[in-house]
Amino acid sequence: MSDSSSSSPGGRIPRDAPLWQTMAANAGMMIQGTPQAQALGMRLVSIGPGRAVAEVPWREDLVGDPETGVIASGVVTTLLDNSCGMAAFAALSQPASTATLDLRIDYMRPAKVGATIRAEAECYRLTRTVAFVRAFAFDGDDAADPVAAAQAAFMMGTGRRAGQNRKAPVTSAAPAADPPPASEAPGDV
Amino acid sequence: MSEPSTAPVRVDASVLRTLFDRVPYARFLGMSFELKGDELTAVLPFKHELIGNPMLPALHGGVVAAMMELTAVAQIFLAQNAQGAPGAPEAPGTLRVPKTIDVSIDYLRSGRPVDTYARAHLTKLGRRIANVRVEAWQYDRADPIATLHGHFLVQGEG
Repeated sequence: MSDSSSSSPGGRIPRDAPLWQTMAANAGMMIQGTPQAQALGMRLVSIGPGRAVAEVPWREDLVGDPETGVIASGVVTTLLDNSCGMAAFAALSQPASTATLDLRIDYMRPAKVGATIRAEAECYRLTRTVAFVRAFAFDGDDAADPVAAAQAAFMMGTGRRAGQNRKAPVTSAAPAADPPPASEAPGDV
Repeated sequence: MSEPSTAPVRVDASVLRTLFDRVPYARFLGMSFELKGDELTAVLPFKHELIGNPMLPALHGGVVAAMMELTAVAQIFLAQNAQGAPGAPEAPGTLRVPKTIDVSIDYLRSGRPVDTYARAHLTKLGRRIANVRVEAWQYDRADPIATLHGHFLVQGEG
């Protein structure tokens, strides 16, 4: 996972997908347009075909255990969720609305106090309707020693049908010129 | 199967409040807890910073997950501090916060920009592991926006 340059992501994710390139070009906007990501001080490190790397620096107001100063597991969860959503979106060839089906997080160990948490997400399989994504969170450079792992599934292209049982209108696709919407929002499927 | 969350308990709500007032991340989210008898409801008042998708708009899925996780932790803490509970400390509030092992979240509908509530049920509270289910809702308790199922490492005094 830590090698974001060489290995090709899972099947049916076009390497020449224009969407991830648009996302990469608008990297700043990806975080800026997501209030919670901005509140956490999240930074987008890189975007590739079906891949996203983002990080959150340690901060005192994000601590979950006041005895130790360890960052809250909820922060790691949000970072992983956000990264998985971006990876799913970066696997598409054109913008579509996405909805998180489920998210599973394993916490292997507490993160080091003061360390920046980095999440590396990969969409390893994209079908016509579902994106399967996995991610790892690290507090250092050791790829064999992750803090947490995530597995997520996203429904893709829910926008067309979402109006059927939803009160609020849903934007099915962002204009290509605009940064794509954050894709972690759950929705009716 | 034992159901510790429905066992007779007498817990001072201020103990819970004191515990979570000390957790910076709970304040970051703006979360609070209401306790009626042994029934705990977590409240997450809406604020703009909790938005994950401004186009819908919708709460960040991570925020909903984190809120449910903290609800589970609070429920475990309550059960551990229940009067007469096995291993309950003489001075409530001296237990350490349970540590999350894993959580699995189902997203059922998008979180609207309104207040969110959650309640947890301890399926099993063992000596080392707690098995917990949580539901989060907004307008309608019977129509949850997300559910969580998780395992937590229960820690004794230390």
